[in-house]
This record gives sequence, structure tokens and C-alpha cells, in this order.
Amino acid sequence: MKGIRFLRAGDAAMVAELGDAIDESINHRVQLLSAWLEDNPPVGVKEVLPTFRSVTIFYDPQVTSFQRLGKSIRHARIDEALSDAGQGRLVEIPCCYGGTYGEDLPELARLKGLSEREIVSIHSQREYLVYMLGFLPGFVYLGGLDERIHAPRLETPRVRIPAGAVGIGGSQTGVYPLDSPGGWRLIGRTPLRMYDLQRAEPFLCQAGDRIRFVPIDEAEYRMMERQVAEGNQPSGYRMQQT
Amino acid sequence: MEQQGMTNTIEIIQPGPLTTVQDAGRYGFQKYGIGPSGVMDLRAYEAANFLVGNMQGEAVLEATLMGPTIRFAQETIFALTGADMMPSLDGQSVPMNRALCAKAGQTLRLQMAVEGCRGYLAFAGGIDVPRVLGSRSTNLKCALGGFQGRKLAAGDILPLSDGMPGSESYLQELATRSVTAVPYPHEVTVRVIAGPQQDAFTRAGWRTFLHTPYQVSVNSDRMGCRLEGAVIEAKHGTDIISDGIVNGSIQVTAGGLPIILLADRQTTGGYAKIATVLSEDLPKLAQVRPGDVLRFTLCPKGFR
Repeated sequence: MKGIRFLRAGDAAMVAELGDAIDESINHRVQLLSAWLEDNPPVGVKEVLPTFRSVTIFYDPQVTSFQRLGKSIRHARIDEALSDAGQGRLVEIPCCYGGTYGEDLPELARLKGLSEREIVSIHSQREYLVYMLGFLPGFVYLGGLDERIHAPRLETPRVRIPAGAVGIGGSQTGVYPLDSPGGWRLIGRTPLRMYDLQRAEPFLCQAGDRIRFVPIDEAEYRMMERQVAEGNQPSGYRMQQT
Repeated sequence: MEQQGMTNTIEIIQPGPLTTVQDAGRYGFQKYGIGPSGVMDLRAYEAANFLVGNMQGEAVLEATLMGPTIRFAQETIFALTGADMMPSLDGQSVPMNRALCAKAGQTLRLQMAVEGCRGYLAFAGGIDVPRVLGSRSTNLKCALGGFQGRKLAAGDILPLSDGMPGSESYLQELATRSVTAVPYPHEVTVRVIAGPQQDAFTRAGWRTFLHTPYQVSVNSDRMGCRLEGAVIEAKHGTDIISDGIVNGSIQVTAGGLPIILLADRQTTGGYAKIATVLSEDLPKLAQVRPGDVLRFTLCPKGFR
């Protein structure tokens, strides 16, 4: 793979940097490199952490080295081998907008001079790329929020936001995976669990996936919430390989 | 008298300010936002497991500044390493850094650390809490792993795995094992490797970083060692596009002060990292106390 800067991160990790911007094509190369490292790990690679524009590679210095790893990545035919792989999946996230599920929606509508319905339609129209996960278990950093619904964070963050809350903070949108404090404006809630240790697959999304929010009403929310609580996949919920 | 078929346990009488169950860490889930946690002082941890005859990787107790008081349900082989917390067994002082045997019902009391910051208490067989995502380490931020995902409290009862208790000859064998106590001075120098964002700082900033002493802040914890001292000059601020953090990453915040990220670090961060502490010097950081003095030296010298 070409166009990589290798940076030292101590004696047991290195950073492979693929660009210096939050950009879909740079992040796509991040996903290609981390998929290649996980599928064909060079000897000594212990763990791979993809972020917006770089991959942190944890290695065992008793087995390999910064120089040796850099060389094997530089020489790997990653772009060619994986040009159609690593596109990620499309994950549909049902979301009940407004009301008690998204209590900041009226205020946001007023702030942006739009109707609540318009905000819901703008938010649910796009597919969002999962650039990376971080901050909390299963927290997705999404790109691509429509500028018409960018909104500053709340001046006073909430002490407790429930797991599943869907919000907007600045130019970002996302889902709170756990009950936690936070300053995003809440516009809806999903009955799905982004993170659930009881599940065989604890994390709903991974970096490189795309997310689409699908509007549901309160009755559908309640039904799906019950199905999730019983450990079942809610009906109407889809995850597909693209 | 050994009670056949019954799980051995210890009971926490006094927990101390921050005592948690830890092992070597939870790896493989950083890409999902779950940091590794694990022991702060890997050297003292490995010594403790070695002394009680455990395979490396077994879970131990890590105590911070003041140790816990615990009661043994059955005869148990244990060992203490790291910070010296003046251990006593039923009021009789006992040594650090060797295998010891408590009888059923005996109480081990640890006090304030006279030296160092973190003490380790290993039990033959290890602490038998369930593995979560492959590890028994407590992740306080995510409230998972360890004992119910939290620090220990008075009244907690922790199960131990069978560590061949009651065998006098086994204890004699373990008595041949020894580890050398390392000193925990109040002024330490740690070696660092420049990067990943060494170019974000000016020459003056680098001079400050390498030639002025820093003081360990009282706000230091398992997440990071926060430092107070001279401001490190950056070229254009220290904001970067968030990228990965490793054990020992030295982040320089907007205020220009360094934070060394440690076991309970977040997986990614948006501040430039001037350098990274060498793995071999990380145990020193686990044992510094608020007010101690820290200096950085480049490794190899002048290489950045």
C-alpha cells in the first residue's frame, strides 16, 4: 500500500497514517488496511485500532519491529487485493423521533427554522459512514450529517442520557450506547442496543459500516423494545452486506 | 481443616480508597471503544503471580495508596508485591515479596503505603471472577469485568480458584521463589520515544519537555498521570483529528500540560502526543505519588 506515513507510538505500537482529514476516501483506505491486518496479520501484530485517518497497530516487540512491520505493509498489495471488499455493511437503525423519545426536537426545529417533520426526513434520508468507534463501548463516530441540521451542543449537558438516545452535536450525529452524561440535542431513540454483552455479537456496528436511521412510531418502538429485551432480533430490522 | 467441595473465598472487611480486581488487561476490543484496563504495574503483578505459583495472567487485587483489610475463609497461599502497605496477619507483621500462608479465619490488614502507590495481592489459584470479553480486569468507566464492574466495597466476598491449599510441601517449594524489591524514589526519570505527533511542538516546547521537572498532580488516577509544571509550546495548538492512544502516550492538552495515559485510558483522543513512555518504564509511573517529580529523557538520546 502506498502513501502511508509510519509514526512511532512507543516501543510496542505504531501509527500508519493515510491522510490528514476526515474524508470518506481516506477512511476507506483505513478500513482496507485494518481489514488486511486482521485477515493476514504480519507476525507479531497483536491488535489493530482503526480511527478517522490512521490505524494504530499494537505489536509484540519481542517478535517484530517498527521497521519490519512498516516494510511488510508498504509491500503488501492491499488496494488491489481488497478493492471490492471492506465496503462494510448497511445497518438500519429504527428510530422513534420526537415526543418523549427526542425531547429536543421541537427546540431544534425552532432553532433551524424547519418543521419537526423536515428534520426527521433530513436526518433519516442519508446513509452515514461509521468512521470509527471510541469514547464509550460501541459509540460510533458518524460522518455526513446534512448541514441544515447542524446544531450547537446544549449549554448545560444532561447528567444522564438513556442508552439508545439519538442526538445531534455540532456537525455530528450518533447514538448513545450506554446511559451516560452528554451534551447532544436528543431527537429520537432506538430500541436497538448498540452494545450488549449478553449478545453473541456484542457490538452492533463496526468501523466501515454505513448506518441509516429508519423512522418508527411509538407502537413499533414498544414492540421492538420488547423483542430486544427477550433477546430477539426485532422484526423489520435488517443488516445487509453491500 | 479443609472443607471439601466448598469454594474458597476472601471477604473484604475494609476496601481502601480504590481496590480493584485486575489481570494483564483486556485486549482485542479497542476498535469497539473498550480500553484494555489491567494492572498499572505489570512488573509487580507478574512477581506476585510468580510468588504464589500462578500461571501468568491470573487476576489479583490492585490497591491504591492504602490497602484493604481482608479475611480468609480457608487456608490460602498469598503474596504481596509493589507498594509496601505494612501488611499484618492477625496483628503480626508479615513480609512483602514472598509467598505466605494464611489460616482459615485469619485477617490480613494493609495500611497506608510507606513507599510507592500501588500494591498487589495475589492468591494461589487466582481470583475466580468471570472473564468478560476475555479478561477479569475491572473497567471502571464501562462498569464491566472484575468484581461486578466496580471497585471493591466492605462486605464483598470474592471467590478464589483452588491453589493447592493446605500442602505444607507446596509452600516450602514456593518459599524458594524470590523477587527483588525495587525502590520507589520521589524523583524519577522516564525514557520516552518521540512521536507520533512530535512535529506539532516548537523547539522551545521540546526543550521545556526534556529539561524541566514536572510534578505529579493529585488528579492522577488509573486513567492517566497528570502533570503540573512548565507549559509546552506547540506550533499551532494541540488539536488533532482523533487517533489511537497507547499505554504511555504523552498527550499535551490545550493548556500545554502533559498527561501520560495509562491502564484506564480512552482508546482514542484528539490531543497531539509529543512522545510515548518506553514499556519498561511504565511500572515507575504506576508507583509515583502526587507531588513526586518526573523528568523525561529521549530514547535514543537526541532522536526525534
